[in-house]
Amino acid sequence: MVTLSRTPSHPHERNPGTPFDLSAVEGALVNRSAIERRAATLPTRRTVKKEWQAAWLLHAITTIDLTTLSGDDTPGTVRRLCTKARQPLRPELMQALGIAGRPIATGAVCVYHEMVPTAVEALKGTGIPVAAVSTGFPAGLNPHALKLKEIEASVAAGAAEIDIVISRHHVLTGNWKALYDEVRDFREACGPAHMKAILAVGELGTLKNVMRASMVCMQAGSDFIKTSTGKESVNATLHNSLVMVRAIREFYEQTGYKVGFKPAGGIRTAKQALDWLILMKEELGEEWMQPHLFRIGASALLNDIERQLEHFAYGRYASMQYQPLG
Amino acid sequence: MTVTELLETLPYGPAPEAAKPALEWIEAHKGRFGLFIGGKWRDPSTQEWFASINPANAKPLAEVAQGGPEDVNDAVKAARKAFASWGKTPGHVRARYLYALARQIQKHSRLFAVLETLDNGKPIRETRDIDIPLVARHFYYHAGWAQLTESELSGYEPVGVVGQIIPWNFPLLMLAWKIAPALAMGNTVVLKPAEFTPLTALLFAEICQNVGLPAGAVNIVTGDGRTGAALVEHEGVDKIAFTGSTEVGRIIRRATAGSGKKLSLELGGKSPFLVFDDADLDSAVEGVVDAIWFNQGQVCCAGSRLLVQEGVAEKLYGKLRARMERLRVGDPLDKAVDIGAIVAPVQLQKIQQLVQKGVEEGAELWQPSWAVPAEGCFYPPTLFTNVAPASTIAQEEIFGPVLAAMTFRTPEEAVKLANNTRYGLAASIWSEDINLALDVATQIKAGTIWINSTNLFDAASGFGGYRESGFGREGGKEGLWEYVKKAESRLPMADSPKSKSRAKAKTAEAISYEPPAISALPPIDRTAKLFIGGKQARPDSGYSKAVYGPQGQLIGEVGLGNRKDVRNAVEAARGAFEGWRRTTGHNKAQILYFLAENLEARAFEFARRLELQTGADGMAEVEAAIQALFTAAAWADKYDGVVHNTPIRNVTLAVPEPIGVMGLLCPDDQPLLAIATLAGAALAMGNTLVVVPSPAHPLSATDLYQVLETSDVPAGTFNIVTGERDELAKTLAEHDDVDVVWYAGPQAGRAMVEKASAGNMKRTWTLPESGPLPGMDEILRQATQVKNIWVPYGA
Repeated sequence: MVTLSRTPSHPHERNPGTPFDLSAVEGALVNRSAIERRAATLPTRRTVKKEWQAAWLLHAITTIDLTTLSGDDTPGTVRRLCTKARQPLRPELMQALGIAGRPIATGAVCVYHEMVPTAVEALKGTGIPVAAVSTGFPAGLNPHALKLKEIEASVAAGAAEIDIVISRHHVLTGNWKALYDEVRDFREACGPAHMKAILAVGELGTLKNVMRASMVCMQAGSDFIKTSTGKESVNATLHNSLVMVRAIREFYEQTGYKVGFKPAGGIRTAKQALDWLILMKEELGEEWMQPHLFRIGASALLNDIERQLEHFAYGRYASMQYQPLG
Repeated sequence: MTVTELLETLPYGPAPEAAKPALEWIEAHKGRFGLFIGGKWRDPSTQEWFASINPANAKPLAEVAQGGPEDVNDAVKAARKAFASWGKTPGHVRARYLYALARQIQKHSRLFAVLETLDNGKPIRETRDIDIPLVARHFYYHAGWAQLTESELSGYEPVGVVGQIIPWNFPLLMLAWKIAPALAMGNTVVLKPAEFTPLTALLFAEICQNVGLPAGAVNIVTGDGRTGAALVEHEGVDKIAFTGSTEVGRIIRRATAGSGKKLSLELGGKSPFLVFDDADLDSAVEGVVDAIWFNQGQVCCAGSRLLVQEGVAEKLYGKLRARMERLRVGDPLDKAVDIGAIVAPVQLQKIQQLVQKGVEEGAELWQPSWAVPAEGCFYPPTLFTNVAPASTIAQEEIFGPVLAAMTFRTPEEAVKLANNTRYGLAASIWSEDINLALDVATQIKAGTIWINSTNLFDAASGFGGYRESGFGREGGKEGLWEYVKKAESRLPMADSPKSKSRAKAKTAEAISYEPPAISALPPIDRTAKLFIGGKQARPDSGYSKAVYGPQGQLIGEVGLGNRKDVRNAVEAARGAFEGWRRTTGHNKAQILYFLAENLEARAFEFARRLELQTGADGMAEVEAAIQALFTAAAWADKYDGVVHNTPIRNVTLAVPEPIGVMGLLCPDDQPLLAIATLAGAALAMGNTLVVVPSPAHPLSATDLYQVLETSDVPAGTFNIVTGERDELAKTLAEHDDVDVVWYAGPQAGRAMVEKASAGNMKRTWTLPESGPLPGMDEILRQATQVKNIWVPYGA
């Protein structure tokens, strides 16, 4: 019997982090042209069609951190989102797909701190974790002590996952030790909550910096590394994701700890979701396609996946108006 | 499988591209194709057909005509007839046709891609994303050159009727590489596709019809090796362009020797793929995938020798094995397949045999855990480690998905291993250090170098080989020279009558610049020796040869050089080559100017000697020779390369490099001017020389060594061996360590040199023994080979 609910939350040992190792940071080498070439050919070398595509898209739903991060979020909109997270597909569509009655839900719901209690309440009993963005999201330029307090407050409010932002200036000035110390503190503040370190790759200047920042954040004990806040002008792209995914592989080879990956920002179509799943499968293997090691931060993506699944189930193209909003 | 089951493991499913449209196209021709000659389809005179087979399932796709000699003859005639007008068609009009061909290929791109995959077995991803777009690009690019012919190639004209023979690994792409520049420059074409993969060429012929290309401008004659041989041997063909194995290239070189046919050959390779310890190893692994598992490894420039710096070798191998495990081999029409079918069972057997040999010779074999499809012609990606340079799989071109890996310790050793091959087609260099990468790039003997990349191709970049990988370039402006000749061409040319200068030969008494008699004593006997490695040397034979003036009077003697003298001279030239090659253009120029300066200091002596030998105006020739040396010196630091405009973010540097050790057999006319012009230019471009002076007038050359000695010409750079021209020419042309031979001499000698050059496929340039010297543009091109270095960049 296959369950579509998330695999046990964290079947692997959490990454406890390692001592700061500058050589592993500075030894990281990235060739942009080659990275771009690989990223560009990943979706042309691999594709999934028909039943396979449907299975992959269903799976993609379980990896979504269904997100709302707007200044005008209210308890009402957050509750709406949580309802969508609990029941991402219409029952009759699930029936048509041959998966009626099976539990299926998104990987998490991701909100600002203020909305954490609402989300926790709305998701009670579902097992769907609430993720809170934190540490002065999105710019991360608040006082360090306040950032730690913010994390603690969100954890206390019931957030099981904390998406922290790093201080980009540490990266841009090459102050890797400062970055390590910062993230290490965040991790401590998170306690049992899982920490996703947002690199804001669009603001790091070079792919080499993306690679190095990834290494530092993993050394400092991140459970996930995440591309972007969704607020930068460049967010998740396949090529900066490729760099991070390879950093994860390198860290795993060096330490034996598995760190997850979360692309966020700009992933809106089912096709994109498949591209990222292909990236994970090709570069890290099947385990890293699972929600405990892979999440997509997105809000609009789910509706597009629904449309594609509907097309698969009924053989006709679907309309957005038939997909319940989140 | 149900969706629920698939959810468990998230496998890739089948993603087949439909074969139907291509099969319907074949069906519309009732499964049988004739020859395309003079714009019409017809049955072959042989009344024989052969099957073209889909290697992925061993099923026949269509019957294709076996073109016989009569058909080839008709095709050449049709091409000749078409050439009369096509060769004079304005560039703009030709550009319109080439543009139309490019557009047609784009419009029918999927049909071409599917048909190519069916016929060849390569993955649809490659035909769809690489082959066919490059084909269209080639026609676009050359439409541009057609448009610019009058302004950018003034003084040149088309060669005429071109016979083109292409291989099965990139059937339509190789057709484009051949036909686009040929048509652009105003030539007409008879093309023979490979026996295994003729179908896309036939579809292309239809497109030629559709765009209204004048009948006979392109003729497609299918068939096997016999058809190709008939084309090569046909007297009505002005040029042969061939891409294929070195073995067949050698046969073609011999067959066309002395025919006056222009020849370009793009042959085999065993290209190195170098990974330094400061490379992005993950990207390098992906580079290897593109290098050796592109097109099943059936690529002439495949990076088939992996050279890894020892400290990172195990790490790289580990990454490579993990990557190989994820490659997918199977139905080439599946859009998610990396490696398709090997072209034919005979090729599969060759791969299997060489892999077996590799195992027997002690290399360590690794293949992924999964099995390739049992039906059809498939072979898994294969990695050999612990390969020694001496092992067969490190030396021989496998033309399959088999990688031979070995390690190096230093950049110097990397270069040494990289160059330890008879081939010189391409190389790939991986390092994040641009100093290192470019340093190594300049030292590797290969026509194309990819830095932190591999198997990049574009119409704007010249592609072709060094050494036994052939000669001539395809793509870029450098590729156009294969399809044009000087409007006032010397070649091909029958033996010309004796130079007119003889007619006004001066009598011995009239010779000027007579040195004043120092005394009434008899003159001191002078000995002209050979000049080898910067030293005067007696001929090994111990014989001398008399030299006579125009009136038949004895004017001196020169040593009778033999094989051993040539051997010594080549050794000296080889020893001097690297140093001379690296000497800056500025310093080369200084030496050439100094040579001119010292020649002028002895102008009277040289003038007198010239008049004694030829009877012509000696001082005029000395002055011309001094000018020629100035010209050579001028070019030494001005024969620039270019940066090609290729459509990726990179600089593609097209660098003219010296060819290497040159045998230069001088013409008879104007013996001093000829040496100054030809040797001067060859030296200026960085070659080192073994000069064989004209047997009729060798004394100006032997006098020259005293000037060389005083002009800082490095020892071994300029060697002089006097003797029987054709005997020495044969030794030079056969010598495996000579990279190029320029031969001026009689027709029989030209044929001999071209034939003998097939040993190591050295470049040759043959000229009549007398007549005007070629223009400097042509000389400089003949003295260099273009290396294209692709340098992608990005922060």
